[in-house]
Amino acid sequence: MLNKSPLWKSLLVLFVVAFGALYASPNLFGEDPAVQVSGLRGVEADSATLDSVRAQLEQEKIDFASIALEKGQVLVRFHDTESQLKGRDLLDDKLGNQFSVALNLTPATPDWLANIGGTPMKLGLDLSGGVSFLMEVNMNEAIAKAKESMVGDFRNDLRNEKIRYRSVKEGAKGINIQLRNAEDLAKAESLLKKRYRDLLFVENEDTLMLTASMTEQKLKETREYALQQNITIIRNRVNELGVAEPLVQRQGQKHIVIELPGVQDTARAKEILNATATIEFRMVDTEGDLGNALNGRVPASSELLYDRDGKPSLLKKRVMLTGDHIVDAGSSFDEYSRPQVNITLDSPGGSKFSNATKNNIGKPMATVFIEYKATDKLDAQGNTVFEKVEEVISVATIQARLGKTFRITGAGSQAEAHNLALLLRAGALIAPIQIVEERTVGPTLGAENVQLGFQAIMMGFGLVFIFMMIYYRAFGVVANLALGANLVLIVGVMSMIPGATLTLPGMAGIVLTVGMAVDANVLIFERIREEIRQGKSVQQAIHQGYDAAFSTILDANITTLIAALILFAVGTGPIKGFAVTLSIGIVTSMFTAVVGTRTVVNAVWGGKRLEKLSI
Amino acid sequence: MQILKLKETVNFMAYRKFAMVLSIFLMISAVSLLTVKKLNFGLDFTGGTLIEVGFEEAADLTKIRQVLDDNGFEDAVVQLYGSSRDIVIRLAQREDIKAEMLGNQVLEVLQQSTDKSIDMRRIEFVGASVGEELTEQGGLAMLTALICILVYVAFRFEWRFALGSVVALFHDVLLTLGLFALLGLEFDLTVLAAILAVIGYSLNDTIVVSDRIRENFRKIREGGPAEVINISLTQTLSRTFITSITTLLVLAALFFKGGALIHGFATALLFGVFVGTYSSIYVASAVALALGISKEDLIPEVIEKEGAEQEQMMP
Repeated sequence: MLNKSPLWKSLLVLFVVAFGALYASPNLFGEDPAVQVSGLRGVEADSATLDSVRAQLEQEKIDFASIALEKGQVLVRFHDTESQLKGRDLLDDKLGNQFSVALNLTPATPDWLANIGGTPMKLGLDLSGGVSFLMEVNMNEAIAKAKESMVGDFRNDLRNEKIRYRSVKEGAKGINIQLRNAEDLAKAESLLKKRYRDLLFVENEDTLMLTASMTEQKLKETREYALQQNITIIRNRVNELGVAEPLVQRQGQKHIVIELPGVQDTARAKEILNATATIEFRMVDTEGDLGNALNGRVPASSELLYDRDGKPSLLKKRVMLTGDHIVDAGSSFDEYSRPQVNITLDSPGGSKFSNATKNNIGKPMATVFIEYKATDKLDAQGNTVFEKVEEVISVATIQARLGKTFRITGAGSQAEAHNLALLLRAGALIAPIQIVEERTVGPTLGAENVQLGFQAIMMGFGLVFIFMMIYYRAFGVVANLALGANLVLIVGVMSMIPGATLTLPGMAGIVLTVGMAVDANVLIFERIREEIRQGKSVQQAIHQGYDAAFSTILDANITTLIAALILFAVGTGPIKGFAVTLSIGIVTSMFTAVVGTRTVVNAVWGGKRLEKLSI
Repeated sequence: MQILKLKETVNFMAYRKFAMVLSIFLMISAVSLLTVKKLNFGLDFTGGTLIEVGFEEAADLTKIRQVLDDNGFEDAVVQLYGSSRDIVIRLAQREDIKAEMLGNQVLEVLQQSTDKSIDMRRIEFVGASVGEELTEQGGLAMLTALICILVYVAFRFEWRFALGSVVALFHDVLLTLGLFALLGLEFDLTVLAAILAVIGYSLNDTIVVSDRIRENFRKIREGGPAEVINISLTQTLSRTFITSITTLLVLAALFFKGGALIHGFATALLFGVFVGTYSSIYVASAVALALGISKEDLIPEVIEKEGAEQEQMMP
């Protein structure tokens, strides 16, 4: 018997559509008002934070729906916006120094659905409102800085090994090391070659010159490092803004994209992004009495500073070294597998630090984090007033005279050591960053875009529905079913893919897919009509129609898919948004139009003796 | 229901000389429009600052221009956008003010000049270098897409079809760009996306037609290439019409309901679907025919194994 689908095929179609519908369904539930508590400067909120948030809310009798720890943030959901605002104010008040507290709208997806990974589609900024920045990292500056530090390093190494040199200078081809005689040249070359395996050394015996240049690999690493470092710093700063669900991402070789949904005050956002932070090393005042100081009798040469938990320290005012000299910082373990932070200074910093520490062995030294935070106040010229915030981040005993590289032990955990390293690195921007693109979309425009896009989709759908039903009658209904399933699948897949974001051009992509998705069905139905006109039996015609149309559909869709995938790969912004929905749409429409309608057609018309077909 | 009741084969190819003249004329016009009038590139490509503001009542453009002029924004271009209450202001990059601060400053100036509250709808600032990069990237995307398509079609069909479809795509893109130059419509990233969608659509159409031509070359024994192409075009005409109608219906929805931001996108696609349909018939097929496509090219070759004769002789 012709045109009978095997049971597994029907089940597959049912399963795919049901699966798509399941994952599309989170979009129907709307959003709950929530408050998000996240750690500042790379610190993650943990279960202790969770408990303290819960305790605070219960104490003040603020009613909340649920509280949970998600991705290093505490998320509190509320029943209404009134208690949400109350909760925010309370938590900001109590935890504001250590955490950023942000208002948030969290998808109201039921737990069981969320547990199997169901999330609604992410809306792009053009639909949700907010601001996006594109920052460019000045790579020339990053390379220049790396070269500068190389010059210092070479001088140091040569001096330490007592190799006499005339000069070490930056030249057109790299760093030129001018030596006095051939013997020194050979010695210098063998020394530096051994130490800097990632550099390229060329010697010229006639001029007694050794030229060091960065290899492609080293240049690449330097750029990569500058980019990563800037991303880390920006992440920390964005956290300060207390924005719910910010996005900081690299784009290409030297750009960083920052998306801040819901932010309207772009001036403030910019100021915070451009804010400066630094590190200072200062000696702890061991002669002064902490108790007296706390009572207000602080020695003139010292001052009282606090750490994050509010523990006070009495520190000398004199700064031993600032963070500008830090070249790199990382965390590792010492020989007793205790966490430690390894710090590398530049050459001037190294000698300065060595002098400063040589008389202070055995005494405690504090690391202070200093930041200039933008406040809400404006000065007479209308510029934002910055507030200097100082915070002790570690106190450690100096074990020996410290030089260019040293380590700080005594961090409590590996995570803490990691954070300290982050902070130290964040103190010094390796390469300046600059805003090269900025887009702000107001909330009313965002809402309007959603509404207009939705209307256009509905209207387009409606028109095609009516047309197909009139033109192909019963088969038109089948095509419409496929079209509906197609929309559900697109939404389902968009919700499932973590990186996919719905934008206005993306909506346009969906609308276009609807128009074009019909094509596959039109091809099939026209074929069936042709076959019937040629006098084939109904069942033969259906069979032939699907068969003959298939290769055409496949070719047409694969070529379009190629175009869409290329758009996705090369495109940015709206082009990417459009490419995402288009490629998903092509795949789903092929499935629904070819496999889906076939199953329905077979179930309704297949295997029967029919004289006429409603097509 | 049936829109087209075709009993006879339509002799499409009889008009191909006329169509070719028309296409070449249109393409030359498009090129000259593009060189003379140039595309009105949007902010995405040129860099600069754009501010969209919503007023409570109809905006007084003359007054706004005056206010901006008085406050040192002499180069501002002020236009209505979508409705009489929404306006966009465009500013080129400036030396004296930090570009990314410009938007907020203009907004402030406007706010001070009116006692009614105004609504910031969007502010966009794009650096010139980003714009340049984008132009390069957009062009590159289009070129890569065209090449990949060429390769795929050549591989799946035949090189004459591949060339035909790529010429058709080129034709469609050129005419759509020409239309944008003619009407002076703003060419931004969404319009570029639309052009790429036009490529997708036109390609879809061309492949469907080529596919039928290939099938018919294999099936129909008598008649020359022109006749086979005519038969194929007639057979697919009904489908071409229906698909164009449904696509145009949806695009009309976008055009009328999608809002100002998507207007350029919808315009480009509406026009693109028209030319795309035309070009699949008169450009892609005509080019393949002109290149001398014949039955032999499409009938699957019986591959003769090397040394087959010797094998036969072997015991």
